Amino acid sequence: QQLLGDKSEVYDYDLIVIGGGSGGLACSKEAANLGKKVMVLDYVVPTPKGTTWGLGGTCVNVGCIPKKLMHQTALMGTALQDARKFGWEFSEQVSHNWETMKTAVNNYIGSLNWGYRVSLRDKNVNYVNSYAEFVEPHKIKATNRRGKETFHTAAKFVLATGERPRYLGIPGDKEYCITSDDLFSLPYCPGKTLVIGASYVALECGGFLAGLGLDVTIMVRSILLRGFDQDMANRAGDHMETHGVKFLRKFVPVKVEELEAGTPGRLKVTAKSTETDEIFEGEYNTVLIAVGRDACTEKIGLDQAGVKVNPKNGKIPVNDEEQTNIPHIYAIGDILEGKWELTPVAIQAGKLLARRLYAGASLKCDYVNVPTTVFTPLEYGSCGHPEERAVELYGQENLEVYHSLFWPLEYTVPNRDNNRCYAKIICNKLDDNRVIGFHYLGPNAGEVTQGFGAAMKCGVTKEQLDNTIGIHPTCAEIFTTMEVTKRSG
Amino acid sequence: MAALYSRSRLKLLLRSALHLSNRTLTGSGGKFDYDLLVIGGGSGGLACSKEAAQLGQKVAVLDYVEPSVRGTKWGLGGTCVNVGCIPKKLMHQAALLGSAVKDAQKYGWQIPQPVSHDWATLAESVQNYVKSLNWGHRVQLQDRKVKYMNMKGSLVDDHTVRCLSSRGKEMTVTARNILIATGGRPKYPTHVPGALEFGISSDDLFWLKETPGKTLVVGASYVGLECAGFLTGIGLEATVMVRSIALRGFDQQMSRLVTDYMQGYGTRFCWDCVPKKVEKLPSGLLQVTWTDSRTGQDHQDTFNSVLWAVGRAPETGTLNLQQVGVELDGDTRKVMVADDERTSVPNIYAIGDIAQGRPELTPTAIHAGKLLARRLAGLSSQLMDYSNVPTTVFTPLEYGCVGLSEEEAERRYGKDKIEVYHAFYKPLEFTVAERDSSQCYIKVVCERDGDQKVVGLHFTGLNAGEVTQGFALSLRCGLSYAQLRDSVGIHPTCAEELTKIYITKRSGLDATVTGC
Repeated sequence: QQLLGDKSEVYDYDLIVIGGGSGGLACSKEAANLGKKVMVLDYVVPTPKGTTWGLGGTCVNVGCIPKKLMHQTALMGTALQDARKFGWEFSEQVSHNWETMKTAVNNYIGSLNWGYRVSLRDKNVNYVNSYAEFVEPHKIKATNRRGKETFHTAAKFVLATGERPRYLGIPGDKEYCITSDDLFSLPYCPGKTLVIGASYVALECGGFLAGLGLDVTIMVRSILLRGFDQDMANRAGDHMETHGVKFLRKFVPVKVEELEAGTPGRLKVTAKSTETDEIFEGEYNTVLIAVGRDACTEKIGLDQAGVKVNPKNGKIPVNDEEQTNIPHIYAIGDILEGKWELTPVAIQAGKLLARRLYAGASLKCDYVNVPTTVFTPLEYGSCGHPEERAVELYGQENLEVYHSLFWPLEYTVPNRDNNRCYAKIICNKLDDNRVIGFHYLGPNAGEVTQGFGAAMKCGVTKEQLDNTIGIHPTCAEIFTTMEVTKRSG
Repeated sequence: MAALYSRSRLKLLLRSALHLSNRTLTGSGGKFDYDLLVIGGGSGGLACSKEAAQLGQKVAVLDYVEPSVRGTKWGLGGTCVNVGCIPKKLMHQAALLGSAVKDAQKYGWQIPQPVSHDWATLAESVQNYVKSLNWGHRVQLQDRKVKYMNMKGSLVDDHTVRCLSSRGKEMTVTARNILIATGGRPKYPTHVPGALEFGISSDDLFWLKETPGKTLVVGASYVGLECAGFLTGIGLEATVMVRSIALRGFDQQMSRLVTDYMQGYGTRFCWDCVPKKVEKLPSGLLQVTWTDSRTGQDHQDTFNSVLWAVGRAPETGTLNLQQVGVELDGDTRKVMVADDERTSVPNIYAIGDIAQGRPELTPTAIHAGKLLARRLAGLSSQLMDYSNVPTTVFTPLEYGCVGLSEEEAERRYGKDKIEVYHAFYKPLEFTVAERDSSQCYIKVVCERDGDQKVVGLHFTGLNAGEVTQGFALSLRCGLSYAQLRDSVGIHPTCAEELTKIYITKRSGLDATVTGC
């Protein structure tokens, strides 16, 4: 079938996807599967430090994958200590080598980059390693590394350019500081590190660096994990503090100066309190900025195509079918206004979009009850509403909150973290005690939370939860025997 | 719940209501010593007694551990706490940590060699933790005013129990209702010469002060596989002797993946073999002779320990049940029960491993015990739902499941009426560690028509229990394949692979999926 408006023009492609990350690749592969002629353009603008990477986007290269592997490495440090209590005997002289880890992680990422290229080739998706910008509503200019320009047209476009870390706009930030874009492939051990920010990026990075044995301080302007359930966020933060991560709360950095160049060098950070006149000065080998991410929508010629962008944050507003204000241009992933910045959501959105465009499907991406996990040293998994949000939406008197501390069996013998792990569910009394918020702080939070996320999609109620038998001994089973309410005190 | 209203259950409920009408809510009214007497202080017995006490009943619990053949004894809490789930999972954890120590080096951790394992340290840690749980249970009973007696109970009549202490002290107690929750104990193959004298069981393994050394595990139940698995993991030479199949009753494709992994992990398997005799050599080593039933040939080898894991027998022998009229199943010798846990004697109940047709699992015993207590107190009529009970086998590669096995689904629905989605996946944890993930597998069995309701879910991998729990809940909520696929995954995890499965067995396509 030919769509209105396409009859008069012959385009080079049915679909051009700008951005080869989680969303872009999923969409392009699905469209190709459905017989369409597809091009994907992916290009990584190097960081101020010169870091760059291959095909696959943030998740594969400088996000989920290296983050989880380094988090895993840090957890292993704790496992080594626990192992002694379980009878394992080995020298006390255990240390960690950053280069070994970095090389292993980057080798794995390299295999994923390669895998993606093969996969695109197998599906006849034309992949071009060039920077794309709109020059007309149906035409883009692609510029490769060497500056060579080519032009391509398509009936439809999908924007999936994702985001990059924001800098602070203070003296020394771009010259001397690094971001998550640089951290995972840093050729030398970062040493004593200051992490600026309290996002999950900041806490996850600060967390695993500390777990590797490094001296870590986290500078927080106000609250931890904005947007997440604050009680859970603070518990995760408290756990980190108990285990040696230093927190500098209510400070903002003012400038970063270099005391000594090197790999790593020595940096001096000056910060001021947000409440008093207090000035803080500290010396670190590495300063990692993790204060947020900005959408890559500024320099891709969206004005030439007429696509509306939110000027405040660079994000793109779309309808519930991921369509921008320009009918033939769609957007998915981290650049979307008001949507989750998560790989699985981008992948789901990308696939469903391709099916709607080319297979006559009508299923839209469901952004409700998306489960997520923060991979802090003590992991935090959640699905549905934070407690504050639930109270806002339904009113405290209409909610029943069940909660429980628990002690994983694996922690008993090593005698650690008793009364730290915590489970909470929020039920809507007006709707059959339906579970509208699920929160878990404990080991393997992602593995625990996934199934409960599926249950929430099925509309699980407290009664169904109570009638489900637990698997023993696990951490997850705690949710099948939750009786104590917050209300009861 | 439609089930509540079937005729037979109505009859039982009426009978129960009649019993209740004879009772006052403030206690036994002087006719009986107790409202409820529980024989057996394990998972089911303790849960029921505590709940009943909380609901205002006067309750007593008798718990007594007959020493094992080897003489091993333990405290309050039953099998799970003392010689089951808890020590098993802790020793499994010790084995997993051994793998972590190995893998850690690929992640940059520099650990000077040599690395070795000391059984005594592990055993002591585990035993100390178990003892703390024994103590915790005693305190809990005290707090809830449940009378605990470390005595062996046997029935005199339908309201009277004789209690015998280890020192021979005897007393008689009467109760309006009696709950039998005495569980089971490992079977010994008494027809095998030397089995009793020289072999041990899971009752003994966790309490050994010295390492079991090179061990022959006879039996491929989950007990056998889990024990052989962790023994291998802590560096001991372990062999599993299997008469016919492993994990009988479980999905057999999954069972093979579990044992395949164990073989790669270092556990040896003697398939189709049956032990013939066990002798002790002058060196102290045990010499085992067995027959390979495929060839008919006999073989011999020496071991430090022989662990019998050939099944468990219900502890009904000394309860005097049949004389009081409590009927036992002809084959299993377990206590016959109705849907409300009532035995053939109206005021005597049975829950947990002792009850015929029930899963031999702690959480079901606990839940059944709580619901029973509520029914006895007249506060509820809710019956225990034993369907779709999830479970996990804690072998080196763990196996979690809920619902039907593929074979059972085929039997019930017919092969044409089911759709099986599956995938071989690679945990991120295995990548840098360069571990073989060939047996990491997911299988979801669905009805083929309509919504494609999920009837069985199977997962082998790491943290299988944690992965499976939430999906068990989803099954209870009527999870369909569409809802599973609609669920957004958490990335990166192993569990998310369940939300991505799309290859059917029917298609014949290669089910290996790549991650990102």
